[in-house]
Amino acid sequence: MTQFLQQIVNGLSIGSIYALIALGYTMVYGIIKLINFAHGDIYMVGAFVGFICISTFKMSVLSAILCAMVFCALLGVAVERLAYKPLRNPTKAGLFATALVMGFILIYLVAKATLELDNLWAGVIALVLSLALGFFVYFTITPKGNPNRIAALITAIGVSFFLEYAMMAIMGPNNRSYPATLGGTATLAGVQITFAQILIFIITLALMLILTFIVQKTKIGRAMRAVSTDADAAALMGVNVDRTISITFAIGSSLAGAAGVLVGIYYNTLNPLMGMTYGLKAFIAAVFGGIGIIPGAMLGGFAIGITETMVAGYWSSLFKDAIVYIILIVILILKPSGLLGKNVREKV
Amino acid sequence: MKRFFLAALAFLTLTLLLTGCKKETASDDKIKIGLNFELSGDVAQYGIAEAEGAELAIEQANASGNFDKEIVAIKYDNAYNAAETSAIITRLATEDKVSGVIGPAVSGMAMAQYQAGNQYGVVMISPSATADAATLDANGNAYDFAFRACFIDSYQGAAAANFVARDMEKLKAVVIYDSGSDYAIGLYNTFSEKFTALGGTIVAAEAYIDSDTDFSAILTKINGEDFDVIYIPGYYNQAGLIIKQARELGIMVPIVGPDGFDSPTLVDLAGASNLNDVYFTTAYSNLSTDPDQAAFIEAYKAKYGKEPNMFAALGYDATNLLLAAIQQAGSSDPAAVQQALLNISGFKGVTGTITFDEYHNPIKPVLMVKLVNGEQAESIEVQP
Repeated sequence: MTQFLQQIVNGLSIGSIYALIALGYTMVYGIIKLINFAHGDIYMVGAFVGFICISTFKMSVLSAILCAMVFCALLGVAVERLAYKPLRNPTKAGLFATALVMGFILIYLVAKATLELDNLWAGVIALVLSLALGFFVYFTITPKGNPNRIAALITAIGVSFFLEYAMMAIMGPNNRSYPATLGGTATLAGVQITFAQILIFIITLALMLILTFIVQKTKIGRAMRAVSTDADAAALMGVNVDRTISITFAIGSSLAGAAGVLVGIYYNTLNPLMGMTYGLKAFIAAVFGGIGIIPGAMLGGFAIGITETMVAGYWSSLFKDAIVYIILIVILILKPSGLLGKNVREKV
Repeated sequence: MKRFFLAALAFLTLTLLLTGCKKETASDDKIKIGLNFELSGDVAQYGIAEAEGAELAIEQANASGNFDKEIVAIKYDNAYNAAETSAIITRLATEDKVSGVIGPAVSGMAMAQYQAGNQYGVVMISPSATADAATLDANGNAYDFAFRACFIDSYQGAAAANFVARDMEKLKAVVIYDSGSDYAIGLYNTFSEKFTALGGTIVAAEAYIDSDTDFSAILTKINGEDFDVIYIPGYYNQAGLIIKQARELGIMVPIVGPDGFDSPTLVDLAGASNLNDVYFTTAYSNLSTDPDQAAFIEAYKAKYGKEPNMFAALGYDATNLLLAAIQQAGSSDPAAVQQALLNISGFKGVTGTITFDEYHNPIKPVLMVKLVNGEQAESIEVQP
């Protein structure tokens, strides 16, 4: 019995983390129907920001969490503005800028590697050629809105890789350990509960309550729900759609940032690729509970966390991922909109 | 359509123009040694340390004046990726035309490299690929050009079992192993074989994968069992977390591991206070008082400003083995170097005296290091 309770505690604490990340997935999906695969990596960036706050700036754990939340909110908005928005509403100027920047980087690297030029000359050549490319694109291609959601999805995967390897370039590939610990273990009826586990659980619950309050009771929350239901109609009613989307990204990303710091402290480890597994699991949690539904993400997170722990604890740790994915498949077959999802008929 | 073709044509011309201009450098006046290491990715610490050891050996050889040509290292990062490793060995052998290759650090990558590299006939010495099968082809024969500077897993796993059963007198073991690594599975198999032969029982065997960070479920599970020692064949990244989480759950039995524990990151991840009663097998420890080793430690500290670990020492030994073979062969032709390497006997390295057996594996001693508060406190020699 003690062992069972201990496993429940283990499952709840890992589930809280999945839930925190899943909330961000769900919010973004609810608004623009985009599965933001870069979300797991924003969580990773949050972990690193917290790490730097604590180790370099000697901040307390709580202020490090706040710092990571603010930084990730800004990063989330930047990603949305630079990577996703140009796909929704492309402009000629945007195309020109993209061609210029991407062209410059590519030509610069190729010129450096093959011609063995120094930085200055490679830069000059790259600038001239990428300007030419930019103008060529500017005058020949007329941008159309891309109704295809696949384009945004692929872009999200690209952003994900960009964040991972940019962080690897800045901080190095090694696993690092967190400088701060939330020490202390309480024993309750034979069950070991660490202070960190309690903190993670409480913060997750609190953040989810605040989030529900924002979405249900505030003006911006009403705007979010309006955009989610019908973006065009919301725009006609005077809702600033772009701003609402940006705020959604900001909130979702700040939650991921908080999760990053909490995980870093709890497991005492972080590395640039840590967002992959957690991002994927949180995505499954979001789908499990019904993607686009906020309590669904919470339910999904806890369900996946406890399932994993129980499979590992009573069967074999090798099957835990398999079981989680099988559950995902079963849910998708039986109830495609998720446990808490309502089946909405597509209007033709 | 026409516009598209024009654009494609322009792009092609540009690429050809750029690649066509690459400068050719004459390099017959140099001895080239390829370094193929995990400089990024999950096991980067091994690769980085070994590359440092190798570069130190090359620097010393250049300074010694024993070679009439300059020795240069050509270093690539395989990013702990088997496909990348094969691509690099192909490049080293066919484009860079090296005399020999040092690396990679881990068994999985070494297997990928040996298989590809053997066809090109280039000598490869891995400093630390310990899996038994790493140097063997599908028929169980050693690849002609594959060597290593470390002892093999069955050697190391058996030594650990011997230590646990005979020296510690613990006969009920739990094994927690990395199910995705040839290294860990090999160690697990040889450990349990030897351990059962010595009268021990494996109470439970739990597996994990290298992306796991939460081990509380399996640790809670084994906590209900009756056992007196844990053996963790695996690498420092996960082992550190397992040790920390086990100690936090109140599991205080001795923990024994392989040379994958040998990294300062283990201490960071587990926390020094959790690293008591923790032991690991290794080929090298700075505790030794051998004068050659002292000189190596001194030189390494002077160059890199830190103490060498086992991987740096193995990288150093592997490179010196190759250099000794090049010197003996009197030529940097790979076939001649391979012959010379086969004939080397009693090579004195900083990780012990090396002679190759028929499978190109070195015969050398195993050390068991004991950690006290995360520091290496003592090391004793154990027999497999």
